[in-house]
Amino acid sequence: MTAKQKNLEDIFLQKIDAEVKIEPKDWMPDAYRKTLVRQISQHAHSEIVGMLPEGNWITRAPSLKRKIGLLAKVQDEAGHGLYLYSAAETLGTSRGEMMDALNTGKAKYSSIFNYPTITWADIGAVGWLVDGAAIMNQVMLTRTSYGPYARAMVRICKEESFHQRQGFDIMMTLCNGTAQQKAMAQDALNRWWWPSLMMFGPSDSESQHSEQSMIWKIKRKSNDTLRQQFVDAAAEQAKVLGLEIPDPELQWNEEKGCHDFGSINWDEFWQVVKGNGICNRDRMKARVDAYETNGSWVREAATAYAKKQSQSSIHKVA
Amino acid sequence: MGISDAQHYQILSLADNSLILGQRLSEMCGHCAKVEIDLAVSNIALDLLGQSRFLYQYLEELTGRSEDSYAMLRSESEYVNILLVEQQNENFAQLIVRQYLFDHYYALHLQEIANNSNDERLIAFAKKTIKENTYHKRFSKSWLLRLGDGTEESHNKTQEALQFLTPYIDEMVSLGAQESSYVQSGEMKDLVSPISDIYYETLVSDFKEATLEWQKPQYHVKGGKDGRHSEHMGYILADLQFMQRAYPDANW
Repeated sequence: MTAKQKNLEDIFLQKIDAEVKIEPKDWMPDAYRKTLVRQISQHAHSEIVGMLPEGNWITRAPSLKRKIGLLAKVQDEAGHGLYLYSAAETLGTSRGEMMDALNTGKAKYSSIFNYPTITWADIGAVGWLVDGAAIMNQVMLTRTSYGPYARAMVRICKEESFHQRQGFDIMMTLCNGTAQQKAMAQDALNRWWWPSLMMFGPSDSESQHSEQSMIWKIKRKSNDTLRQQFVDAAAEQAKVLGLEIPDPELQWNEEKGCHDFGSINWDEFWQVVKGNGICNRDRMKARVDAYETNGSWVREAATAYAKKQSQSSIHKVA
Repeated sequence: MGISDAQHYQILSLADNSLILGQRLSEMCGHCAKVEIDLAVSNIALDLLGQSRFLYQYLEELTGRSEDSYAMLRSESEYVNILLVEQQNENFAQLIVRQYLFDHYYALHLQEIANNSNDERLIAFAKKTIKENTYHKRFSKSWLLRLGDGTEESHNKTQEALQFLTPYIDEMVSLGAQESSYVQSGEMKDLVSPISDIYYETLVSDFKEATLEWQKPQYHVKGGKDGRHSEHMGYILADLQFMQRAYPDANW
């Protein structure tokens, strides 16, 4: 490392220590930039792929009110994807590159979206648990060290907390409804509970990227800390719904001041990450169909038309 | 509160068009070529579904039948939407041509309602909806131009979509059998025939600008306004009505 580079890195670390946000034109270590591109684009892809399981129920939503609420929610996810792609673009990577990385399987998205939404209650459970878990992570990220990412997160968090309330409201309606509706809600909780806990990623002892990210203040809380916060909140919410969390080991630990809970099936987690979940292939196909098969010619047409228009305006001026 | 058959029909036909087109567009959520297009298509779907909800709620006030019962529990022949809005999202060109044709018809029809209806609620609805429709028209026309005058591939796809959808155009600007009888008996004003000429003039001019070949159709496919639908409608309703049919008596 040259003296000049050392000096730049010192300035960078001083900013991080002093809680000064790093901005796009500031010097930053290559590994910091690379980590952020990976994390922000992965986050953006999760928003976009996350539209698919919920989008699965828009045409079948049980009432006009729920249909409109769900469509608006899924549309919000598209908006979140857009903020995040824009934040990642400030780090010098193009949207096209990021989309290609997603469509070729090079980039990851949150594994939770490889689980199927089988009944309407899954829409409630996804809002309550999946958005609930995402919020735990995203609230932390509003204080992340990279300015554009932190600012995108502030806006996203406001909408996500509304989504979580909407999901909880769907669950509450089901739990106050017929026996069949309540059973549907319990079944959805049974299927979504463990995958939701997996959303926080591997345990701290196993997490590949965590330590450096904590030093750079990209992350401010560990995977296990966030997971514990989520379990504590959701356990209380399940009581309000009158539903049973599918974990016989879940219980309040007075001494620790938090819940104990059972062990996560990490084999399942890694299998789904590797592409072997129920919906991995469907999600990838849907994205490739939308962007490549049915999408390339649309974007090409827009570019060709814009070019013709600008040429004709140049002629007019001439 | 009393309601005549003609008034009921008029509100229902507006509501059904918005519902079915909104349902069709909502199928595309998450499947568009760009995130920006996804946002726009969902926005239009949300506007249309919101309009249908407003109108079914108005009917609910007048008849006591609930908005969801109107939207999700009628038999196929009781829906009186035009055939155009049932047509599939075959590709983005077909989605855009369908949207362009509907938006430009709807703009004129809403203006007729705002100017000539006797129903204050519908006049207020039309005035509010004209504002939304202005954005929809801007979206569908701008994409019609991009696709029509973009690449050879997009031009061909758009030309093909236009050919495919042309037989469904005239239903929008001519009276159905039911409407005709209400108009003849003086129970309903004719708010569609007067817009026919200007609508066709707009199409001729816009298609020319989009470099698309087009002639006013010589034959028409009609029936939706009188409850006779295409084969697509059954599948639309199978999705739309599934939950209400599978779980009668449940609240959601």
